[in-house]
Amino acid sequence: MRSQREPLFLARQSYRRRRVEDAARLLPLLGVVLFLLPLMVGGEIGSVRLAFVFSSWFILILSAMLLARHLGRDAEQRPIGSQSKPLAPSEDPAGRR
Amino acid sequence: MLTFNTLVGVCFLYVIMLFLVAFVADKRARRSKVRFLSSPMIYTLSLSVYCTAWTFYGAVGYAARSGLEFVTIYLGPTLVMIGWWWFLRKLVRVGRSQRVTSIADLVSSRYGKSNLLGVLVTLIAVIGTTPYIALQLQSVTLSFAVFARDRSAGWVIPDLEQTAIWVAGGLALFTILFGTRNLDVNERHHGVVTAIAVEAVVKLVALMAVGIFVVWGIGGGSQGISAAIQQAIQAAPEGAWSLQGGRWVGLTFLSAAAFLTLPRMFQVLVVENVDERQLATASWAFPLYLFLMSLFVIPIAVVGLAILPKGENPDLFVLTLPLYFERDGLAMLAFLGGFSSATSMVIVASIALATMVSNHIIMPLWLSTRLGVDASEYRDARQILLSARRLSIVGILALGYFYYRISGGGAALAAIGLISFAGVAQVLPAMAGGLFWRGASRSGAVAGLITGFVIWAYTLFLPSFGEAGVMSASMLADGPWGIAALRPQALFGVDGLDPVVHALFWSLILNCSVFVSVSLLSFPSPLERLQAAQFVNVLDQSGPARGRSFNAATSEDLLVMAQEIMGSDQAQAWFQAQAEQQGKQGYLPDTTPDFIGRLERELSGLVGTATAHAMIGQILGGTTVSVDDLLAVADETQQMLEQTSQLEAKQLELTTTARQLSEVNEKLTQLSIQKDAFLSQISHELRTPMTSIRAFSEILRDGGANDPEAAARHASIIHDESVRLTRLLDDLLDLSVLENGQVQLYPRREVMREVLDRAIAATSSVIDQEKMHIHRNRSDEGVALYTDTDRLAQVFINLISNAAKYCDAKDKRLAIRVRQRGGRLQVDFVDNGSGVPLESQSMIFEKFSRLSDQAAAGGAGLGLAICREIMDKLDGSITYLPGQSGAAFRVTLPIGTQSPFGRTWPSDINHL
Repeated sequence: MRSQREPLFLARQSYRRRRVEDAARLLPLLGVVLFLLPLMVGGEIGSVRLAFVFSSWFILILSAMLLARHLGRDAEQRPIGSQSKPLAPSEDPAGRR
Repeated sequence: MLTFNTLVGVCFLYVIMLFLVAFVADKRARRSKVRFLSSPMIYTLSLSVYCTAWTFYGAVGYAARSGLEFVTIYLGPTLVMIGWWWFLRKLVRVGRSQRVTSIADLVSSRYGKSNLLGVLVTLIAVIGTTPYIALQLQSVTLSFAVFARDRSAGWVIPDLEQTAIWVAGGLALFTILFGTRNLDVNERHHGVVTAIAVEAVVKLVALMAVGIFVVWGIGGGSQGISAAIQQAIQAAPEGAWSLQGGRWVGLTFLSAAAFLTLPRMFQVLVVENVDERQLATASWAFPLYLFLMSLFVIPIAVVGLAILPKGENPDLFVLTLPLYFERDGLAMLAFLGGFSSATSMVIVASIALATMVSNHIIMPLWLSTRLGVDASEYRDARQILLSARRLSIVGILALGYFYYRISGGGAALAAIGLISFAGVAQVLPAMAGGLFWRGASRSGAVAGLITGFVIWAYTLFLPSFGEAGVMSASMLADGPWGIAALRPQALFGVDGLDPVVHALFWSLILNCSVFVSVSLLSFPSPLERLQAAQFVNVLDQSGPARGRSFNAATSEDLLVMAQEIMGSDQAQAWFQAQAEQQGKQGYLPDTTPDFIGRLERELSGLVGTATAHAMIGQILGGTTVSVDDLLAVADETQQMLEQTSQLEAKQLELTTTARQLSEVNEKLTQLSIQKDAFLSQISHELRTPMTSIRAFSEILRDGGANDPEAAARHASIIHDESVRLTRLLDDLLDLSVLENGQVQLYPRREVMREVLDRAIAATSSVIDQEKMHIHRNRSDEGVALYTDTDRLAQVFINLISNAAKYCDAKDKRLAIRVRQRGGRLQVDFVDNGSGVPLESQSMIFEKFSRLSDQAAAGGAGLGLAICREIMDKLDGSITYLPGQSGAAFRVTLPIGTQSPFGRTWPSDINHL
């Protein structure tokens, strides 16, 4: 359905936004790979592997923060449908689309 | 010096502060000052209900026993959060657009608003969460006990069970006060969420403070810690600190699944979510929170192992380390951190469970007792709903307390965290399948859930009670009835796995395969398919599907019902807004499908999708917006399309007919004009001779012409003119007779040559006068005819005299050719004149059509018209033949003796 409505090629800005979305989708995959890596080495856990797990965790958090900045800004700029419009709950006219 | 009374007093103060925070937040929310309350940070902090006392205290114990593995419990949620764009965004969007109140409501709503599924998920959630609540009670009582034990000399040993009951009671009170204070259509609890955010900060600060104290206060910095780690690894039993691949992957996955499906997580993650920006921020901030929470876990564990005496419970290192070093303030903070973890989890979990129990079990039961009632019977619905919530909260906490009492608070309870995770994770296939696969069906979800739940109970939950519990030791070792393949912890002979991973593997694998295969084989109901489309396509959806209008329901009935559930003011305001939107005054909007759909969604925020659907169904007399209606509408649309196309065809036909009619009309108009022209022509033709006759006869009467010669001339003119008149009248009469078909034909046998001879003889005077030569091929003319040859001769005479009169060549010649073609006889008369102009060719056979007036005296212009009529009567034709050297006429006649008259004769007789 999406492909019917949207054009085949995009302007530079939209293109960039799409790639940010792609990155956001791929980030958990990177996380899986990073968190599987400690298993590739056998034996007892040493300080090195401990440091690896925590530092890769931190890198993931940093990347997620960078991506969320872009994605969050986009979400503000173009509310997808009126549903993503930030509405205070008590003012929310409940189901008014 | 920290006394027990101070501890209880600080605890009390802390709780009162939480009450105040919740109270103020609620008040602000009611005054619509929610900007701060719905800020992404509050949302992120509220997610920390994931970190319960089990993770606050237990993580350190876990790390002390098996090293790094504790971190899997945080890695799963981290992966889910950083992958928010892929899964959580959709989940939250669905939750908001469908007004989902709980995870049971989500599943029930997705699969055709089926209450059976709602009940199933509720039961799984209650069974999975109750032990977890018991675990929180245990951790709080244990932490009290730690203080009691260390100062046993000065303190009265507190009754642990009494502590537990006080804690449970206090939590129930708090939850009821702030969790069921209002029935919010969005099922959001700002007071509770804010209090939980405060508790999250306390948790984090407490754990980090203890961590900093341990690392830089007593552990000797990072150098000392890494040494302690080495020491701990060497001291630990073989393999405790090595990573087991199965558990590492399995537990990461399990925590990720549980993060999505735990009722309390669903509550804060989806139900309390206000907008997407909250999620964007939480996607990195919550993993950061988890990161900080686990940063000091290993240092605390290794330092505790190194310093504290052997046999100390590692689960309580967070408390015992500061106490060991007489840091009472820090110990107090740590205690409050643990207390916060326990209480926030219990509060949110009991709110979530109470919503599920009241919406999916109590309300449907209550509804079923009043089938077919009208709206006024919902008078006490709101009160019943609130009471149901409160009762459910008390019931759930009581269940947790009794579970704690029965299990005795032993080590078995400590293991229940993962078991609980695995139980609620059974909802994941139905949930994820429902969000991403339109083919997922209700039967599939029910079958998958039951399968997963049964296998989880059999392989993990029941064995967790130990040998004294439901399963005997022999059954655990050898399987039921000695069937080894059915051993609970080594199903189908898979015995190399850790019990939790084993149970997770089998329950989810079988859950998924049953879910998928039943979904593939079953055919969902229309409502299910509609909901499936709305869920799966939520990200590119513009609006809800519409049903057909209802005449049975009056909006007054709906207003009465909505008032009872939403509260009078809120319901009236909402109805007024809706009416205004429709451009109406007052409180009663039209019951359009759009309006009904919105009302249903509004109510489902309070009582759950299935119940709201059922309530509206009752009011509407069972004719609620079902997809059957939609399909009927679709059928009607189809029929209308067909009718439209039929109408179009008919319209086309009518257009054609109209065009024909207008053509005919035009022709008729032309004919009328022709008739008028004919009449005026006739009058003119008759008047001209009449005038000269009258004039000359007057001269004769008045004796104006005494000269006899002149009188004779005048008399001859009168005679000529009257002859001309007679001829004209004869012609007219002839034509009229011919046109009316009242002509008498006298057929006889004659050869063509003789007919032509007669015609030429009759016109010889004109021929001689005009000096025209006639060319004939007499040998061709020996064709025998059987027709009215006098009439035929009349035609020939007309054609020959016309040629003589009108041929404009100097040396006039007329060729007469006779030949036979295809059973017909053709007689061509071709002269050498300039012929008839193209534009006039179609007119020359009309009455009074003369090409010019130059030889007008000769006739009235009726000759060719008469010829045509004669030829029609003779079953032949006369046409102008274009493209010859001059004017050319072709007379066509049928050959054969009888044939032409076999047909025409009888009809002609009739006219006589």
